[in-house]
Amino acid sequence: MLGLDKKDTSLLVIVAILTLLAPFILNPFPSGSAMAQFNAGYPDLMQRFVIFGIFAIGFNILFGLTGYLSFGHAAFLGVGSYSAVWMFKLFSYNVIPAIALSVVVAALFSLLIGYISLRRSGIYFSILTLAFAQMSFALAYSVLSNPKFNLTNGETGLQVYADDPQLFHRDSLPDMPHLFGLSMRSTYHLDIGAWSFDFNAGYYLCAVIMMVMFYLAIRIFRSPFGMMLRAVKSNQQRMNYTGLNPRPYTLAAFVISGMYAGLAGGLMAAMDPLAGAERMQWTASGEVVLMTILGGAGTLIGPVLGAGFIKYFENIFSKINDNILHQWFSFLPDGFEDFMVFIVHPFIGKGWHLTLGIMFMLVVIFLPGGLVEGGQRLGNWLRNRGKGAAEAKTKQEPAE
Amino acid sequence: MSNNELTRRGLLRTGAVAGAGVALPTIFTASSAAAYTNEPTGGTVTLGFNVPQTGPYADEGNDELLAQQLAVEHLNGEGDGGCLNTFTSKALKGNGILGKKVTFVTGDTQTKSDAARASAKSMIEKDGAIMINGGSSSGVAVAVQGLCQDAGVIFMAGLTHANDTTGKDRKANGFRHFFNAYMSGAALAPVLAKEMGNDRRAYHLTADYNWGWTQEESIVASTEALGWETVNTVKTPLASTDFSSYIAPVLNSGADVLVLNHYGGNMVNSLTNAIQFGLLDKVANGKDFKIVVPLYSELMAAGAGENIKGVLGSMNYNWQLDNEGSRAFVKSFGEKYGKPPSNSAQTCYAQVLLYADACERAGTFNPCGVAEALEGFEFDGLGNGKTLYRAEDHQCFKDVLVVRGAQNPTNAYDTLEIVEITPVEQVMYPPNHPMFGGDEATLGECNPGA
Repeated sequence: MLGLDKKDTSLLVIVAILTLLAPFILNPFPSGSAMAQFNAGYPDLMQRFVIFGIFAIGFNILFGLTGYLSFGHAAFLGVGSYSAVWMFKLFSYNVIPAIALSVVVAALFSLLIGYISLRRSGIYFSILTLAFAQMSFALAYSVLSNPKFNLTNGETGLQVYADDPQLFHRDSLPDMPHLFGLSMRSTYHLDIGAWSFDFNAGYYLCAVIMMVMFYLAIRIFRSPFGMMLRAVKSNQQRMNYTGLNPRPYTLAAFVISGMYAGLAGGLMAAMDPLAGAERMQWTASGEVVLMTILGGAGTLIGPVLGAGFIKYFENIFSKINDNILHQWFSFLPDGFEDFMVFIVHPFIGKGWHLTLGIMFMLVVIFLPGGLVEGGQRLGNWLRNRGKGAAEAKTKQEPAE
Repeated sequence: MSNNELTRRGLLRTGAVAGAGVALPTIFTASSAAAYTNEPTGGTVTLGFNVPQTGPYADEGNDELLAQQLAVEHLNGEGDGGCLNTFTSKALKGNGILGKKVTFVTGDTQTKSDAARASAKSMIEKDGAIMINGGSSSGVAVAVQGLCQDAGVIFMAGLTHANDTTGKDRKANGFRHFFNAYMSGAALAPVLAKEMGNDRRAYHLTADYNWGWTQEESIVASTEALGWETVNTVKTPLASTDFSSYIAPVLNSGADVLVLNHYGGNMVNSLTNAIQFGLLDKVANGKDFKIVVPLYSELMAAGAGENIKGVLGSMNYNWQLDNEGSRAFVKSFGEKYGKPPSNSAQTCYAQVLLYADACERAGTFNPCGVAEALEGFEFDGLGNGKTLYRAEDHQCFKDVLVVRGAQNPTNAYDTLEIVEITPVEQVMYPPNHPMFGGDEATLGECNPGA
């Protein structure tokens, strides 16, 4: 279907089903139960899952295929957000032109940075991109937000004020980012028994865009262009000797992934019309690297899984506090309850970074291929379980 | 490489998927029937405490969290009742809010606008929080305040000192108990004149972001009104940890006062550098060199240690303040946590109580009703003395403390001494003051959401 082979088609269909049914899948526990703490099916987090999914898919086109590790991708995300909010401020709250502009601006910006940074490879390339991103952050945070020329509104973040021109805004339209009148915040609550599910317009817009972007990524992975990018990764020198210039390929990959980041930034602004400078900080750039590696660099679905994993920890684990722990362990005798709370305490609430760090270490040490490798191992184990042990033994991996 | 043949089945399948994709967002446009966002229906009401638990202001955030938990206890009738006994409004009975037991959820702002909004959104969308309280940065406060306005819940700001929060960024659903940069300037000026005279030359080092600028603007305005001269204002990057290169030029600038518009770690470092350069031992223009830190906090004072001795600054509240409300609060906070509360803790405690009280008096949790009850509300007994919540910009007006680093601290918490309690009349300003957005700044309409 759509020019994909059977395996890729089924992958795309799985992703489509997962994203469209996410409101059900992410809310497995009845609201009001003690486990409801772990539900992730509320609009904001679902939007974040798919938006950072898009960001990571794009990053993976650069890092997974060419092996160029950019440490400055958050800059494109931030630029995308700023341009989208400016579109809201000047013209209208309609998300389509805003998202389009954010992709275009991110493309131009990444062309500039890519053209300069790609003159070097390896660690030098990483450092160059990091330097550019930190420069953009400093510009957005301080320099471009002075009262005389306020482009980014600095620390507070760029937002839409009532006295902004908004040339095409009419009173009949919602005072929120909207898609031809459909507010991105409008949510339909569905109560089934003890469960409740949220269907949010903004989420479905992001989900549809993510599916399109995922499809695009598959096509890039499978195209001759994708093959060239892989060639850059495996041996750039050999490529040079055969008379091919890798620069246009890497630059194209860099710009494409920059556009993905810009799209993610634009969507973030479309879901919540505020662009903060922290989006461009190096920690944000590092986060997408973590997402990609955690999920599985160079795989199609990996980055999306990694993005979901990290965002889940950031938003769910950081909200567990001691009171909730006491509720969980309340069935234990008093002293033991306090002991358990004491043991778990460092890993929840403000300690979510610690938990995430441990998980990341475990994944990198035991599953170098990321969560995707974990899934594959699990799948193989399940498949081989039925067969005889002898059969499994005779099957040997071919040598590289 | 790729198979692009179009089959009838393939076309139908593609069409169906695309159609479903396009149709999906439009199906779900119905909104719920509640009168306002997160109307509490059961026997409990949920408040959202959104404080920095990681990042540069984590200490302040955790102190705020302690105070918020204490406030919830007192609202539910547990503990010793704290300021419920001294509060001039007697609407709160210690049986929760409007008979509903108070529960709370917590989140981490990370002192980043984005993360703070994500965390506040999850409290509103997932946990059904009806009010968001806390925070330790003006950027975050403005960002979360905007979110609460859009979502239709009340925002009770925590520590936020920039003029903009209730200036050009003021919102109908947002309320600030903390004082602001203008008030710091107005309160400090007379004390500075008394201690240092009217013909000083000041040199400003300012953290290069929104709060720093409003602070600098306010202090420059109020000191120049005294007759001081501003020699230079230098912006320092927020990420700086070593300020030596900024301090050195001060010595030769002809200035005799250094104003540090820094907060948190920035202030601790810049003050330490200034002391290392021996600024306080210098004599310039025939006068002793002085340092002023307009916004103080206990945690900064603890961080700067010995260096703050004799350095002047201002505060919203200090636990040594001697009034009935303050004594009651310090007693219950101290008994529960074994240390005196910081000024951000007191702000959050007061904000939670004020919100609860406004709900009781309004008889509803509807944000519009609550906002109306808070507007123009005059009260006493929460630790700051007589206080007014001004209706025009949702800013609290109360006495401002001018403090000085203690010369001979007797214990770890006795790092600051109160120099003067500047009466509220002196720090009053009209709601359309140019530093607060002028005539263009408006609260907008109150938004109940839904």
